[in-house]
Amino acid sequence: MGRYIQRRLLQMIPVLFIVSAVIFLVVRLIPGDPARVIAGPNATPEQIDVLVRQFGLDKPIWQQYLIWLQNMLQGNMGYSYINDYPVNDLILQRIPATFELAFVAAMIAVVIAFPLGVLAALRPGSMIDLISTLFAALSFSIPGFWLALMFILVFSLALHWLPPSGRPDLTEQPVEHFKSLIMPALTLGIALAAKLARYLRSSVLEVLSRDHVRTARGKGLPERIVLTRHVIRNALMPVVTILGLQTGDLLSGSIIVESVFAWPGIGRLTVQAIGWRDYSLLQADVLYIVLTFMVINLVTDLSYAAIDPRIRFE
Amino acid sequence: MTSHPNYSRHTKYFKHGDSYIVLAARAMLRHRAGMIGLTITIFLVVVAVLAPMLAPHNEFEMIDGARFKPPSVTFPMGTDEFGRDIFSRILIGSRISLGVGLGAVAIAASIGVIVGLLAGLFGGWLDILTMRFFDALLAFPAILLSIIMLAVMGPGPVTVILAVAIVNIPAFARLTRANTLAEKEREYVHAASAIGAPPLRIAFRHVLPNVLSTVLVQITVSIASAVLLEASLSFLGLGTPPPAPSWGAMLSVGRAFLPMAPWYGIFPGLAITVFVMGFYLLGDGLRDALDPYRQKRKNVS
Repeated sequence: MGRYIQRRLLQMIPVLFIVSAVIFLVVRLIPGDPARVIAGPNATPEQIDVLVRQFGLDKPIWQQYLIWLQNMLQGNMGYSYINDYPVNDLILQRIPATFELAFVAAMIAVVIAFPLGVLAALRPGSMIDLISTLFAALSFSIPGFWLALMFILVFSLALHWLPPSGRPDLTEQPVEHFKSLIMPALTLGIALAAKLARYLRSSVLEVLSRDHVRTARGKGLPERIVLTRHVIRNALMPVVTILGLQTGDLLSGSIIVESVFAWPGIGRLTVQAIGWRDYSLLQADVLYIVLTFMVINLVTDLSYAAIDPRIRFE
Repeated sequence: MTSHPNYSRHTKYFKHGDSYIVLAARAMLRHRAGMIGLTITIFLVVVAVLAPMLAPHNEFEMIDGARFKPPSVTFPMGTDEFGRDIFSRILIGSRISLGVGLGAVAIAASIGVIVGLLAGLFGGWLDILTMRFFDALLAFPAILLSIIMLAVMGPGPVTVILAVAIVNIPAFARLTRANTLAEKEREYVHAASAIGAPPLRIAFRHVLPNVLSTVLVQITVSIASAVLLEASLSFLGLGTPPPAPSWGAMLSVGRAFLPMAPWYGIFPGLAITVFVMGFYLLGDGLRDALDPYRQKRKNVS
């Protein structure tokens, strides 16, 4: 197991190098001169020149990349072009908000999807099966940002139950904090729940038709035990993969949802960094998101072993 | 289409002489969700084509004294901040959604299918190189990738189509490659190669028709997600620029006026939902109808 993790981590290194080079190049292709943007409309050519030199923008692009790479390997992601803060700090500040949102959304998804998917599989063609099918079609088709707007319309503007945006401090205003969390987390969680329920349904259906389930029933086990010990445990395996893969979707969904609810996370930071033409912030931010993506995939693979003892990594 | 799928392993399900097309069409007609999707899709295409004739007002016309009018007989979906008729704008906007959806998926499918076909059939460095490249593309969340592409290329109708297309290429390439790998080992390919058919002829005349049915399903699903992506990008202000009546862009503006003009934020979103749902259900129906084996298996379970 340890060696397997080691090998997987080593395999990530070349991919990260390629991705970092691609990000660096692509970000440089974005039109607009950051030095000009920062210097403001009234800046003299000399002032712009100073900034260009300060950011190293006058060097050849491969030198800029190597400098960036070298700094990054030393844990220095560079400084924001806009406000001179270390990019590290800017990103680290935003991480808790995104992770909190993604975590709560995933919890919501599991809580909805589990009963819905299992019940739909146990009674194919029933009312609950129809509801889960309809739920899946709707949640795929409704754009996340529109669902968010409709939540705001109902729960903020009409009923005044929940704040339409922001993220009050957890320690100072805990109640307000959780109130602001509800709508963004629901928006993200519902979309995930529908997908999860569909996968769970087909997974449970598949396990139900296996021999060992017939045997378990044949030897007179109570249906409750058959389901919990023999069906659901086995059906969970593919669902964990899906949950893992979908966590990536949660991250990309957060780009939209955080923008709508002014939730100060990584997703909103990305959109802002593009608007600000903040190269150093954007490239670090994108690299961070891709890295998270890859780590989640690794953790998903490893979690198989925890659920299915037959799998041993060598 | 000269496609002859593999009947041999489940011949007992079919009456002798039924062609694949007849079987698929029959299965499709019986598929309730698929038929709902087909109806919605046909309806939307007709609306998009006839939009200028159906729209009661010009989509850019700013009617005097008609700012933020709630829905009424004259303005079925109300008016916006310039006194433009939202209903007319939504009708015309269907052309943007359909155009981006069809355009982006046409590009993505052409590139993806050709690359997947060649990679699957010939393998080697071509296979390794292209698949690693698509893996790298898939390492980015879809929306992030198209946001960055749009930031580079600038907003506009053509760049939106390209940005949405890029995101969709890997799915087509991987699907086609996987199916090609399976088809490659079948007798008809060996037979074709034994009589000396050139590799490209085998690829396009023999293998391609047999992987097309799964590609068709992927096309409908991709159109649905392409329309969603265009709407999201326009909502973020990066997609189709105003004053074009893109549904996502309308919602982006309407959001600011939500308290005073809720209809502005409601109807464009409803249009997106119906559009996407139509293609989603159609894809669902096609998936079942084009795979007779799956259809039977589903009924058994």
